[in-house]
Amino acid sequence: MALPREARRPLPAAVAPLRRRTLADREDWLGRLMLAPALVYVVALVGVPFALALALAFSSARSGSLEFSWVGLRNFWAILPDPQFHRALWNTLRFTLVSQALVIVLAVTAAHVLSAAFVGRRLVRFLLLLPWAAPVALAAIGWTWIFDSTFSVINWTMLWLGLTKRWLYWFGEPQLATAAIIIVHVWRMFPFATVITLAGMSAIPQEISEAAVIDGAGFWRRFFQVNLPLLLPIITVAVLFGVVFTSTDLSVVYLLTRGGPYNSTHVLSSLAFQRGIFGGDLGQGAAVALFLLPVLVVVAILMLRTARRAEVGA
Amino acid sequence: METGFVEIRNLHKHFGEVRAVDGVDLSIKEGELLVLLGPSGCGKTTLMRMIAGLEVPTSGQILIGGEEVDEDVPPRARGVAMVFQSYALYPHKTAYDNIAFPLQAAGLTPAAIRGRVQGAAKRFSIGHLLGRRPRQLSGGERQRVALSRAVVRDPKVFLFDEPLSNLDAQLRAIARYELKELQRELGTTTIYVTHDQVEAMGLGDRIAVMNQGRVRQVGTPQHVYDHPADTFVATFLGSPPMNLLEQDAHTILGFRPESFVPRQDIPAGTDAEVFAFKVRQVEYLGADRLIYGAVDTPYRAGQTVIADLPVTITTPVAEGRIHEFAVPRRALRTFDAATGLARDRGAA
Repeated sequence: MALPREARRPLPAAVAPLRRRTLADREDWLGRLMLAPALVYVVALVGVPFALALALAFSSARSGSLEFSWVGLRNFWAILPDPQFHRALWNTLRFTLVSQALVIVLAVTAAHVLSAAFVGRRLVRFLLLLPWAAPVALAAIGWTWIFDSTFSVINWTMLWLGLTKRWLYWFGEPQLATAAIIIVHVWRMFPFATVITLAGMSAIPQEISEAAVIDGAGFWRRFFQVNLPLLLPIITVAVLFGVVFTSTDLSVVYLLTRGGPYNSTHVLSSLAFQRGIFGGDLGQGAAVALFLLPVLVVVAILMLRTARRAEVGA
Repeated sequence: METGFVEIRNLHKHFGEVRAVDGVDLSIKEGELLVLLGPSGCGKTTLMRMIAGLEVPTSGQILIGGEEVDEDVPPRARGVAMVFQSYALYPHKTAYDNIAFPLQAAGLTPAAIRGRVQGAAKRFSIGHLLGRRPRQLSGGERQRVALSRAVVRDPKVFLFDEPLSNLDAQLRAIARYELKELQRELGTTTIYVTHDQVEAMGLGDRIAVMNQGRVRQVGTPQHVYDHPADTFVATFLGSPPMNLLEQDAHTILGFRPESFVPRQDIPAGTDAEVFAFKVRQVEYLGADRLIYGAVDTPYRAGQTVIADLPVTITTPVAEGRIHEFAVPRRALRTFDAATGLARDRGAA
């Protein structure tokens, strides 16, 4: 095919210098360059402290001294029979499991409410997401006031409604302190889980819900036999995230109760902080903190597997 | 006028400014298979969803079996079973549990459910697939599971929303045949939505042609094909569509491509209209020849006309030549140029 004369003329010479390969053409190097900041961040802020924690857990290091000697598993032998450690381990499991169970129920309920069309839905969605976006320190200060021994609005409301006859000292009694910590954990994780569940619900084809309606299934049958099983993979992802977030969290316990009353609400991370930083026994603190590692590795593997299955499925 | 098993009276559904269904009256007889045919967006699916109870009408009435079903009658109380275009099988349930689901919802005993599910599975020859999930089934197998789920409840009315459109062409013809046989055997009143005119002609006891939210014509496939009520129906049914020629300022002349044949192939003595047909292109399609061209005065020049000649007509037709073609006068239709409505309306 003959091209018009104009088009056959060679490109002007001014373009020639650009013929050399620039960095933008070399994808192998460009890729490495663009990954570098993230890599540096992860190595410096996650990798190094993690390696340090591993090293410390097998050493007799103390804060305020430069002495560092290997002691093998001695730190672990020291904490294993410690009743305070048992308590912290049990609390970590308890807080995590109870709060995540509540989160599932609340998130699925909220997602169903929010998926219905009603006036002000956008505003409610926005308000619901706020706890997740709020800085935890700020939130914890708010909650310490809500649970305050003198000014608690919860007490005030419950007394007024006649739900309780006595004044509750939330951080003064182990059971109440436990309840308070779980409430704050649920409050923090539930918006995130709700949003994930909502996303999962919008992925269910509308025709399937309609088929169930026409097949004569009532609300509960549709919920338990159709919607919930289809939501299960995505709820699992939300819960596993919640487990990791909650079980490793230091801030809620530390800011609300500091492990009190009578060290009854310590979790592994707050106990590690107390032993390692306040107590100065860096080795033992690291050993306490590392105790959760195997559990979290298992959770992480489960999480990746579920995420992959949710991808392949559909 | 006898009342039908499903009665639709002046039904409207408006979405804001859009009138998806704009005043539909329709009467579906007991045991009949009525096809709602129309282009996408004509309101046929919305109409079916209102009958199912998935959509609340803006105004109008729907009666099933003589009882009015308004928004207080939920889908489960209407006795309708629906097969969706996507089949809408429950992906986490086995074929067995999919078919059993409406029976469980109806509160049948496990023994009764097992009997009915196995009966339906046998009818559709999917007995060996009952343990599989939808993902492990082919398109045709999924369609059978969806049909089983609809049949197993013994509903008053079947609603089919393009259930064959996800099948490949070869499978579709067989599935169409089987579907019609099934419907005749069960004798269940059926409303079938499609945009495929071949499917509509092949399946329907009657066809309701819809466009822009209204029913343009209701009748047997033969009647709707031979006596289209307006130019829309005339061109929507038939492939290639009916030829429409502006005869004068007031009249449009219509005739089917297969009625448009060389003059010598019309039996002598037949009253026929003769055209000077300037042939532009001839397509050989195996079973027939499609001939494209234009007719000369007295019709407006340049209007394309198509002739569809079966292999039995062997008269040579050459491109670029003018041939004498003719249409038997009984096959000619006239339409009002302003309204598009047929002049010979009411002729049976």
